[in-house]
Amino acid sequence: MSPAEQAQIRRAARNGWLLSAPALVILALAAVGPLIIVVVYSFLLPGKYGNVVWGFSLDAWRGILFTRDIFDGTLAWADANLTIFWRSVKLSILTTVFTFVVGFPTAWFIATRPPRGRALWLFLITIPFWTNLLIRTFAINEIIRNEGLLNTTLMRLGLISKPIEMIYTDGAVFVGMTYVYLPLMVLPLFAAIDRFDMRLLEAGYDLYASRWQVLRRVILPIVKPGIVAGSILVFVPALGAYVTPRILGGGKNMMIGNFIELQFGQGRNWPLGASLSVTLLVIVTAALLVYVRYANGDDRNGR
Amino acid sequence: MTTARPAAAGTAIEAARVVKEFGQGATTFRALDDVSIAVREGEFFTLLGPSGCGKTTLLRLFAGFEMPSSGAILLKGEDITELPPNKRPVNTVFQSYALFPHLSVAQNIAFGLVMQGRPAGEVAAQVEKMLALVKLESLAGRRPAQLSGGQQQRVALARALAPAPRVLLLDEPLSALDLKLRKEMQIELKRLQTETGITFIFVTHDQEEALTMSDRIGVMSAGKLQQVGTPRDIYTRPVNRFVASFIGETNFLPATAVPGGVRLATGDVVALPGAPASGAVTLTVRPEQVRLVAAGEAGSIAATVRALVYFGTDTHCHLALADGSELVARLQSPATGDAGLAQGQAVGVTFVPGAAQIVGD
Amino acid sequence: MAARSFSISRLPGFNAIAVLVFVVLYLPIIVLVIYSFNAGRSISDWEGLSLHWYAVAWDNDDVKDATIRSLYLAVTAAVISTAVATMAALGTTRRRAFRGQTFIYVMINQPLMVPEIVTAVALLIFFAAIRQATGYQGMGYLVAAHAAFCIPFAYLPIRARLEGMDLTLETAASDLYASDWQVFRHVTFPILLPGILAGLMLAFVTSLDDVVITVFIKSAGQDTLPTYMLGQIRRQVTGEINAISSALLALTVALLTLFFLLTRKRD
Repeated sequence: MSPAEQAQIRRAARNGWLLSAPALVILALAAVGPLIIVVVYSFLLPGKYGNVVWGFSLDAWRGILFTRDIFDGTLAWADANLTIFWRSVKLSILTTVFTFVVGFPTAWFIATRPPRGRALWLFLITIPFWTNLLIRTFAINEIIRNEGLLNTTLMRLGLISKPIEMIYTDGAVFVGMTYVYLPLMVLPLFAAIDRFDMRLLEAGYDLYASRWQVLRRVILPIVKPGIVAGSILVFVPALGAYVTPRILGGGKNMMIGNFIELQFGQGRNWPLGASLSVTLLVIVTAALLVYVRYANGDDRNGR
Repeated sequence: MTTARPAAAGTAIEAARVVKEFGQGATTFRALDDVSIAVREGEFFTLLGPSGCGKTTLLRLFAGFEMPSSGAILLKGEDITELPPNKRPVNTVFQSYALFPHLSVAQNIAFGLVMQGRPAGEVAAQVEKMLALVKLESLAGRRPAQLSGGQQQRVALARALAPAPRVLLLDEPLSALDLKLRKEMQIELKRLQTETGITFIFVTHDQEEALTMSDRIGVMSAGKLQQVGTPRDIYTRPVNRFVASFIGETNFLPATAVPGGVRLATGDVVALPGAPASGAVTLTVRPEQVRLVAAGEAGSIAATVRALVYFGTDTHCHLALADGSELVARLQSPATGDAGLAQGQAVGVTFVPGAAQIVGD
Repeated sequence: MAARSFSISRLPGFNAIAVLVFVVLYLPIIVLVIYSFNAGRSISDWEGLSLHWYAVAWDNDDVKDATIRSLYLAVTAAVISTAVATMAALGTTRRRAFRGQTFIYVMINQPLMVPEIVTAVALLIFFAAIRQATGYQGMGYLVAAHAAFCIPFAYLPIRARLEGMDLTLETAASDLYASDWQVFRHVTFPILLPGILAGLMLAFVTSLDDVVITVFIKSAGQDTLPTYMLGQIRRQVTGEINAISSALLALTVALLTLFFLLTRKRD
């Protein structure tokens, strides 16, 4: 290559970096950089009134799973923490599965509308997607709380005499999360189904498959990248959910997100909050890596 | 770097020992391999070759979109190798037309003039002139998306001609048009070139297009310039096997040089003045220069009719020689359509004097 | 109902589930909007149509403050993030791949991959240290944080638009004597503009929606509308929240409609 050509390539790379630099600086200062500080804080000691005391310690990491007895200093399983982890994982998985079960037919429905109607249905699913999560959680809260629409209606109809206690239960958190995260499942599923070649169905039926067999053997394997994407998009925020469990779960039914916040509030244990955050981040990253592998390994649908 | 050297008389643009490589290390691809070419002032020059032969790369080097790995591009003898495209008085008609979708036809045509900072009055006058030249006066306000393919093609031409460039580069501009429109545009292009007197460098892979439109043709293959010459030169005096087979159809026959001619594998000797004294050579002869005579006629080569393919005006007669080598003769179809030949018939073959020649590999 | 012909794409029960999903998705929102016009003190009994709660919210200085702060934050964050995202999109698309390009992609999309709560905690810790060191308590923290997490949302539509753009248009412009700046000014930018506006809008909505990160890093008295609402929901639910929610909802729908009109394929 001539020096002029090399200069051209160097200039292209340099311009790429220069143009990206402002975005990278903002992200480094207010998104990525601070994550490194979290890792550092997870190895420090808690300050008396919050914040940290500089000094190396593994207590925060131990504190994720164990409690130290105040009197004899022995380690025991931290049952309260384990309950919170189990609830978070359980509710996130349930939410993911249920949003798929109802989200798939919804996405299929949208994708099989005639072109003109499709845009409208898609728009209808996009509005909740972009609507403030707080507002949507609040809307669900208004329906299921003790003096909410559901209970008052049932009482007025004389079906029940006192309100059913739906709010502040795991069930309420599950319903709320399913409600708020459903669009996150439907949109990637729609994208996958939209690319699906409907002539394959004709081929399937032509070869004696029943509707159920076509669904299982033809449709689901081909739209798998969409299923994986939707599952990740729901599972990741569900596992780190904060607003929905706070409003619908109350103080008792905490999830990891609320437990992390607690460490920076009343708990006054920033290192533990930091170690919990790092743990959450690791789990989420692992889930994303699985997604990347699936998405790259499955390229048959012309992605 | 701008070392002016005396221009060859009447040379518009010139590539001097140009090499262009893409990629690095083991994956390097040599798109142009030591190409030198000089396009004359005011001529319609065509770069002809199969896809991937380097013709578009050479055009992009003339335009300044790419820089050569080595060698130089000269405009009127002046080195413009490193001059960016916006400072070269050279314009391009793109294969995809590349009309600006957000601008009207008139704004598209005015673009180059506006960028050059010409006064508004001059721009308007020139746009009018160009619209008239390509006969699109009534569509000045339209957006490109509202035009047909042929109309878009005309806008692209007008846009590139408007700044009155020294050289106009056309990158397979007719390939997106259907056959009928393509024929019309071929004539149109030739008219525009004559009227404006601008040097056209036209890239195509269509040999018929090249033969009918060009003053001169440069045939390219595998990054090398194979032959430069008038359409007649190229067709009748191909320098090598590639040129002979790429332009038109032809027959190749292996032969050995003997004094005063060549000896075919069948043992027949074809007289060929100026042939080398000895060694293995390849003889080429165009199908329309092959004549059929009665079997056994003096000076003819014995052959058998293998197949007859009727093409309307012509009938192609596939022949087998005694050694098994194949030969095609193109015969004008008689009024009845029946060439009076039958499969398996024994015939004699002669070549029109001066038509058979030796080509290198 | 007997289908007259065999519909290829119909799967049993799917349409029923889908319609039910849409009903369940919209019912709570519609109820919320309807009750925002309730005249009554209580929010569960319907006592007639009125703009009472809108008036209450309007007269509430805290709400007014939070609204202004939210809008200021959303506009600032959207403008900053869209500006830097446009530059980054121009720097990372349609050019020969260069060393570090993947790194830039990962950085830009990073806010989409990290749970909000983790980012919130990280920023809380980081900004607490800066607060301690400098004593600065202003809006800078919120602006920086919002600008950062809005970048991927602004970047996506701009990049999509750029990738859909024919590269030869820029080559053609430079062939027609346009300098690099003129190429950008007269060709790239006008064609890119719908993408930039779309990015601006998505960034605006994203900033307006944020609760978690804002709650963690705001200084005292820096409530935005969502954090104000979160505080109120914890205390006592009044129709005021309904009214604010409905107003925010209307704004979101208006912006999304505009976004759809902008990004719809023309020609």
